[in-house]
Amino acid sequence: MKPTDTGNPDYFHKVVDCQWACPAHTPVPNYIRLIAQGRYSDAYMVNRASNVFPGVLGRVCDRPCEPACRRTRVEEKPVAICRLKRVAADHRDDIRDRLPKKPAQTNGKKIALIGAGPASFTVANDLAPLGYECTIFEKLDKPGGLMRSNIPAFRLPEDVLMDELGYILDMGVELKLGTPVESMSALLKEGYDAVFVGTGAPKGKDLGLPGRDECQDNIHIGINWLEEVAFEHTDKIGEKVLIIGVGNTAMDCCRTSLRLGASDVKVMARKPRAFFKASDWELEDAEEENVEILVNHSPKAFVHENGKLTGMLFERMEYDLDEAGRITDQRVVGEEMIPCDDVILAIGQENAFPWIEAEAGIEFDKWSVPVVDKVTHESTRKGVFFGGDSAFGPLNIIWAVEHGHQAAISIHNHCRGLPLTDRLPDQINLASAKMGMAEWRYSNAFDDAPRRKMEHVELVERFKKIDTEVELGFSAEQIATEVQRCLNCDVHTVFEAPLCEECDACIDVCPVECLSITPNAESEADLRAALSASDPTVDQDLFVSSALPLTGRVMIKDENICLHCGLCAERCPTSAWDMKEGVIKIHHAADQLEPTEA
Amino acid sequence: MTSFVKPKIRRSNEPLNELGLARADYEGNMSTLCAGCGHDSVTAAIVRAFYELSIPPHRALKISGIGCSSKTTSYFMNDSHGANTVHGRMPSFATGALSANNDLATIGISGDGDSLSIGLGQMAHAMRRNVNMLYMLENNGVYGLTKGQFSASADFGSLPKKGDPNEFSPIDPVAFALSVGATFIARSFSGDRKQLVSLIKAGLKHKGFAIIDVISPCVSFNDHKGSTKSYAHTYEFYSKAVHADYIAPSQEIVAAYDEGEVMPVELHDGGYIQLRKIDNSYDPTDRGAAFNRVMASDNANEILTGLLYIDESQPDLHRTQNMETRPLNEIPYTELNPGAEALSALQSEFR
Repeated sequence: MKPTDTGNPDYFHKVVDCQWACPAHTPVPNYIRLIAQGRYSDAYMVNRASNVFPGVLGRVCDRPCEPACRRTRVEEKPVAICRLKRVAADHRDDIRDRLPKKPAQTNGKKIALIGAGPASFTVANDLAPLGYECTIFEKLDKPGGLMRSNIPAFRLPEDVLMDELGYILDMGVELKLGTPVESMSALLKEGYDAVFVGTGAPKGKDLGLPGRDECQDNIHIGINWLEEVAFEHTDKIGEKVLIIGVGNTAMDCCRTSLRLGASDVKVMARKPRAFFKASDWELEDAEEENVEILVNHSPKAFVHENGKLTGMLFERMEYDLDEAGRITDQRVVGEEMIPCDDVILAIGQENAFPWIEAEAGIEFDKWSVPVVDKVTHESTRKGVFFGGDSAFGPLNIIWAVEHGHQAAISIHNHCRGLPLTDRLPDQINLASAKMGMAEWRYSNAFDDAPRRKMEHVELVERFKKIDTEVELGFSAEQIATEVQRCLNCDVHTVFEAPLCEECDACIDVCPVECLSITPNAESEADLRAALSASDPTVDQDLFVSSALPLTGRVMIKDENICLHCGLCAERCPTSAWDMKEGVIKIHHAADQLEPTEA
Repeated sequence: MTSFVKPKIRRSNEPLNELGLARADYEGNMSTLCAGCGHDSVTAAIVRAFYELSIPPHRALKISGIGCSSKTTSYFMNDSHGANTVHGRMPSFATGALSANNDLATIGISGDGDSLSIGLGQMAHAMRRNVNMLYMLENNGVYGLTKGQFSASADFGSLPKKGDPNEFSPIDPVAFALSVGATFIARSFSGDRKQLVSLIKAGLKHKGFAIIDVISPCVSFNDHKGSTKSYAHTYEFYSKAVHADYIAPSQEIVAAYDEGEVMPVELHDGGYIQLRKIDNSYDPTDRGAAFNRVMASDNANEILTGLLYIDESQPDLHRTQNMETRPLNEIPYTELNPGAEALSALQSEFR
C-alpha cells in the first residue's frame, strides 16, 4: 500500500472522533484541557468560535460527539463532553470585551435573516463584525427560535439563552420581533443584498385517526403546545396524559406535562425500545421523573364521549427481528384502550413555507422541500440562502449553527462578487507536545475513572416551578475527574519513517497493541492481519508509513484503538514517533481571503 | 524512564490463550532500560512465547545474574517465581532450583558480561550437565550498565563510541556451547520477533540445556557506525539458516516432508520441533557440520541465525543423576524427612 498522506488535514481530524462527529467541528480536547487548567473563559471562547452557543449547547446539544468518543472503545461510557461545555459556560468571566465590536461603519451591504433561531443568529454572528447590516425578522415576540419555544425552561433557562443571543445583538444586529415575513416576493423587492431563511421546521405532524376532529380541545400538536407553554399561553393540562411518539420532543412534552399538573403520563411507542428516536440521556431523565414508556402500541383511534376525549385505542404489536435487530415481520396481537384526558402528538415535524410564492423563483422538490446546495446553502434563486431545519428538514441546534457558518461564507462571497465555491479549505497545524524526557504538555497518563454523574434537583423540588433547571452542573471534584478522562485525541502520534531503527520498542510498550512493523502488502486487510485485534468494521484508518530505512518494511498503526498515551514516543530512542498537538483550522466568513486584484 | 505505568486495557476482541489469559497478563513492571534497548524487545518475545504456550505464570521460574539483561526478569510475568542472583552465578542457582522442582518452565536471563566474563565457568558446567532450562544470552558486545566498555563478545576491530578499536578476540557463545555439550543451540536477533518467539517456545519445550544467543543492540553505547552489534549492522549482515517451530502434541505436524526442507524432531513431551531449512545444506543435528558452518559464517562476517544445533537424545541432569521426579514441595513430610532412626541407619553405612 502507498504511504498514508498525513498532510491531508482530514486525516488527523478524523482521528479526533468527537471533533470529526461535531457538525461545527468544535475542538473538544482542546477546550477540555483549558478547563483542566481552570481557564474557563478561554475554554468558552474556543467553543464559541465553533458552536456560537456554548451555554445553550452545554445543556441541550444532541451530542453527536459523545457516541463517537474514543473512550467508548475501552470502556462503556464516553467523556461527558456536553457537561464540560456547560462547565466552561457556567464558570466563565464576563467575556464581552473579547467579542467582536460593532464596526464603526458598515460596508453598506444589507442582509435579511428570516427567523430568530440558531441558524440566523450564527449568520449574523459571522457577518455583523465584517460590516454587514444584518436584520433578523421574527414572528414571535421573543428571539431564540426552537431554543426558546420548544426546549422547556427546566432544561434551558431563559437567561442562559438571552446572554448568548445578546452577545450577537451587541455586534450591531437589528432584531425585528413580532414581524413575520408574509411574502418573500415583497421582501426581495426591498433591496437586500442577500436573504437567509432560517425559519426552522415549524409544522408539527398530525395524526388523522377516527375521532380526531371530534375532540380538538384535548389533542395537541407537540411543538405547538410546547411553544404555547413557553409563551405562557397554556399553563395546565389534564391529570392523565398520553404522549404519542418517542423522540426528544416527546420527552420534553411528557416532562412539561408533569410540571403543568399531570400526574399520570405515559409515552406511547409503536416499536421496541431499540427503535426509539430520543437520546438515551433524555429517556433516562424522563424515566427518572416516573414517566412510563409503553412499547409496541400502535395508535388506532381517539375515544370520546359527548365530544370529550376519554382515552385512546391502540393495537398491540408484535415484531420479528433478525440478528442485526431489524424488523422482518410484524403483526397485531390485540387491542388496548388506555384512558386519558389529553393526548400530545410528538411524531415529527416538517418545514413549511406558505409565505414563499411560486414567482419568487425558489424551487421546491416534490416533498415541498426547497432545493438547496449542500455546500453553499444557496437556493435556486441567487442571493437567497437556507439553513437550519428549513434547509434539509429537522436536524438539531448544532447543525443549524454549522449551516449558519457555511451560509455566512456564501453570503460574504456573494456580496463580494466571488464564486460561492471559493472557500478556504481546512488546514492543520502540528506542533510537538514534547517538554522534556517523558514530559508532555498534556496529561498523557491514562486515567481509568468512570464517567461522573450529573446531579439533579430533587424530584419534589423540581415540579414546584416550571422553570427550575433540573441539572445542577458539575462540582469542582467532578470537573477535576471528568477532564482527566479525555484521551487528548488531538495530540497525534506523528511518525518520521527515516528516523526509525526498527527496535520494536513502540510496538512492545503500546498498551493496546495498535502498532506493528511488517512487510508492505497489497491490501489493507493483509496489513491489518499483522495487528492483534484490529477491527476493520470501525471507520478509522490504518496508518501506513513509507518504507523503513533498514529493512524496507513499513510501520502500521490502527487509528481505531490508539489511546494517545504517548508511550510509543516516550520509548522511541530516535524520536521517530512524536506526539504533536494538531490544531485544525476550520475557516469561517471572517477568515476568507480578500479578492485579488485582476 | 517513563512517566507512568502502562495501563491494563481490556479490549473486547482481544485474543486470549488456552488459559483465558491475554498477552498483557504475561507482562511485568515497566522497563527502566534505555528507550529502544534490544533487551526490551527480547522481553516482549518472552512474554509472547509464554502466552502462546499457555504456560501458567505461577508454573514458571525466571532467574538472572547481574547486568542490564539481568534486570529484565522484572519486566515480564509478575506472577512467576524468580530471583536476581549473584553476578555470573545464575546457572548454579538454576541447577539448585531445578533439583528441588523439575516441573517448572525455567528461563535464565543473562548477558554477554554476566555469561562470558565472570560467569563463563558457571555457564559451561550448566551446559555440560545438560540442566533442563532455557538460557537467554542477551548479547550487545558492551557493558551497558557501566557505561559501555567492550565485553568478551565484542568483535575484533569493532569501534567503541569513543576510543580505540577492540583488539581482543571475541568469545562466540554458539561455538562455545557446541564445544561443551549444550543440546539446543540457537542464535537470533531482538529485531526478528517472529524467529525469536519460535526459538523461545522450542527452547522451553526442549528437555535439556537450551541456549539462545540473541543479538540485542545497546542503543546508548553500541549503536553507532563501526559497531558490529548495532541495529543497522545486524539487519545488514543477518542470515537465516534454520527456522524452528514448536508443534504441540495436540497439533498435527506436516505429514509429508521433503527431507531437505522440513524436518520434525520429536520432543519428550510428545510434541515436535519442526525445522524448516532456509539453507538446505545445513544439518542442525550434526555437531561437527554445525561447528564448521558457524566458523565459516563468522569468517564471512555473516550473522548466522536460527536453530543451529539440536540433540534431543541426551538425558538431562535430573535423569543422569537419577533424582526424584516429584517436586520436593509435593512430597509428604514424613517421606521427605524419615526421622532420626533412618538418619542414623544411613550414617552407619558410612562408618
